[in-house]
Amino acid sequence: MTPAEQTPLARFVEEFTESRLAVAGAVVLLAVLVIALTAPWISPQNPYDLAQLDVLDAKLAPGSPLGNGKTALLGTDDQGRDMLSGIFYGLRISLFVGVAATALALLIGATAGMIAAWLGGRVDNLLMRIADIQLSFPPILIALVLLALLGQGLGKIITALVAVQWAYYARTVRGAALVERRREYIEAAQVLALPASRIVFRHLLPNCMPPLIVIATVQVASAITLEATLSFLGLGLPITEPSLGLLIANGFNFLLSGKYWISFFPGIALLLMIVSINLVGDHLRDVLNPRLKK
Amino acid sequence: MLVFILRRLLQSVVVLFVMSLLVFAGVYAVGNPIDILISPDATQADRAEAVARLGLDKPMYLQYLLFLKQALAGNLGKSFAFNIPAIDLIFERMPATLELAVFAMGTAVLVGLPLGLYAGLKPKSFGARAIMAGSILGFSLPTFWVGLMLIMIFAVFAGVLPSNGRGPTTLLLGLPVSFLSVEGLRHLILPGFTLALLNIALIIRLARSGTQEALMMDYIKFARAKGLSNARIVGVHVLKNIMIPIVTVIALQFGSVIAFSVVTETIFAWPGMGKLLIDSINVLDRPVIVAYLMIIVTLFIFVNLAVDLLYSVLDPRVRLTDAQS
Repeated sequence: MTPAEQTPLARFVEEFTESRLAVAGAVVLLAVLVIALTAPWISPQNPYDLAQLDVLDAKLAPGSPLGNGKTALLGTDDQGRDMLSGIFYGLRISLFVGVAATALALLIGATAGMIAAWLGGRVDNLLMRIADIQLSFPPILIALVLLALLGQGLGKIITALVAVQWAYYARTVRGAALVERRREYIEAAQVLALPASRIVFRHLLPNCMPPLIVIATVQVASAITLEATLSFLGLGLPITEPSLGLLIANGFNFLLSGKYWISFFPGIALLLMIVSINLVGDHLRDVLNPRLKK
Repeated sequence: MLVFILRRLLQSVVVLFVMSLLVFAGVYAVGNPIDILISPDATQADRAEAVARLGLDKPMYLQYLLFLKQALAGNLGKSFAFNIPAIDLIFERMPATLELAVFAMGTAVLVGLPLGLYAGLKPKSFGARAIMAGSILGFSLPTFWVGLMLIMIFAVFAGVLPSNGRGPTTLLLGLPVSFLSVEGLRHLILPGFTLALLNIALIIRLARSGTQEALMMDYIKFARAKGLSNARIVGVHVLKNIMIPIVTVIALQFGSVIAFSVVTETIFAWPGMGKLLIDSINVLDRPVIVAYLMIIVTLFIFVNLAVDLLYSVLDPRVRLTDAQS
């Protein structure tokens, strides 16, 4: 089939599958997604139902039999929780936080960037100065400060992550929009006297999407890492919502006595998720970059 | 140039002022430190006395004005928990953090630069591919987890390296440092490497792409045509040109290394200011939190200014203008 006969989607799929590494990443990512969505049904036990836990099963090495006859493939923690189930539930929470924070930050950042590019002048100057100043500080510091002020909780950590990330999207969208708004199709739309909101959201925004998609993919990974780090420090999620970072932090207490599996396996799960997202994001950048088109 | 520096300094003062307002308002809006600092069975009179002594009974804007006035005189308030000036507490812990940060950055350059140079010179070789795959891993690995795994391997299973504290310190120019004694160096290795990991990956990538670009330049072709040795071409002509972005990134990363040392110090019980921040957040020691944030913001403003200046010195093509974006 010649490129002219292909639909854009088919062309995208064909280009994406050129990199075996990216395909491997996509497969792992899909697996992670499926596990996260179906965790309550595929986990060997509900790790937060106290009735299913037995203290006699605490801190068992991987592969040990549990009191109820099942096997703890990845061992158990200090409460007798099956690590595999804990990781499945943890993936669910980590992924939710990462995706929710990124989606919100994308929404806020893209809107701010669009407004800055469309209005220009003082609004533009103000918004971009705020973004500049914010970007000159490392994300972890901003998130630490915010969480020190806000306290713990799911909503609070998402707020902190959004506050950290919005500036990336605002800058990117503004840059892309400034180029796009000088194009003929925008002029044409203006000549047709379409309302500004329609021009901005139906014509301008869709054409600024490719770089946003790439950044958003990679930012999901960094949001997940940041959340895990903050939860590890005890500033992120409360113990009632155990993300992978909290599982690792809990394992830290038993690491020095050689019980490695309590923090080793959640870390591997975190690593697999992040690497697969980064591989997909990295390749998306190549595929969506028109300058690299043959 | 002078105008540029003045404008930036003025801008910095504004940023500092806004930050002080935000940080103060935020920090003072959270919780009531009296609940943590005073035992629950203290009498009402004891409580009132402590509240008055810590100045917590005044309205918030008065507390802020007092804070601002004292801050300008270099006094950021007394720590509730230690009862010594917060700024002294932070300066006391700062050498440990700076030593860790410098050690980590040094490691990152010593490891990252040769690897990146090699990957750039021989991009098709197996070694280069392995290095680049490793650098992707370096970006993806959650740093705190790497720290735990290093403790697991080197401190628990192999038992060859210590996993917490600074070890014995020796005085260097009046500052306590660890790296002068063997035992101190052994304590530095694990936290230093944990902190360096991300930057090793970053420097590898920069050095590689810089080398590949430099190799295509006319001046390299000319140097080859002159019959210069490969070592001289790489060591002088390539290295000099790839150093510009690398020095910038090292300087810029130095700030985030200090910020990120919060995590590393917590894992390795390193007695630096990052651990102090986490401890202070846990006991709501407001003056210390505020003082830490003000000092770190000041530090960042100077680092960023220094990077801009350094850039124009290293690369004469860069013209400093406070461009209106």
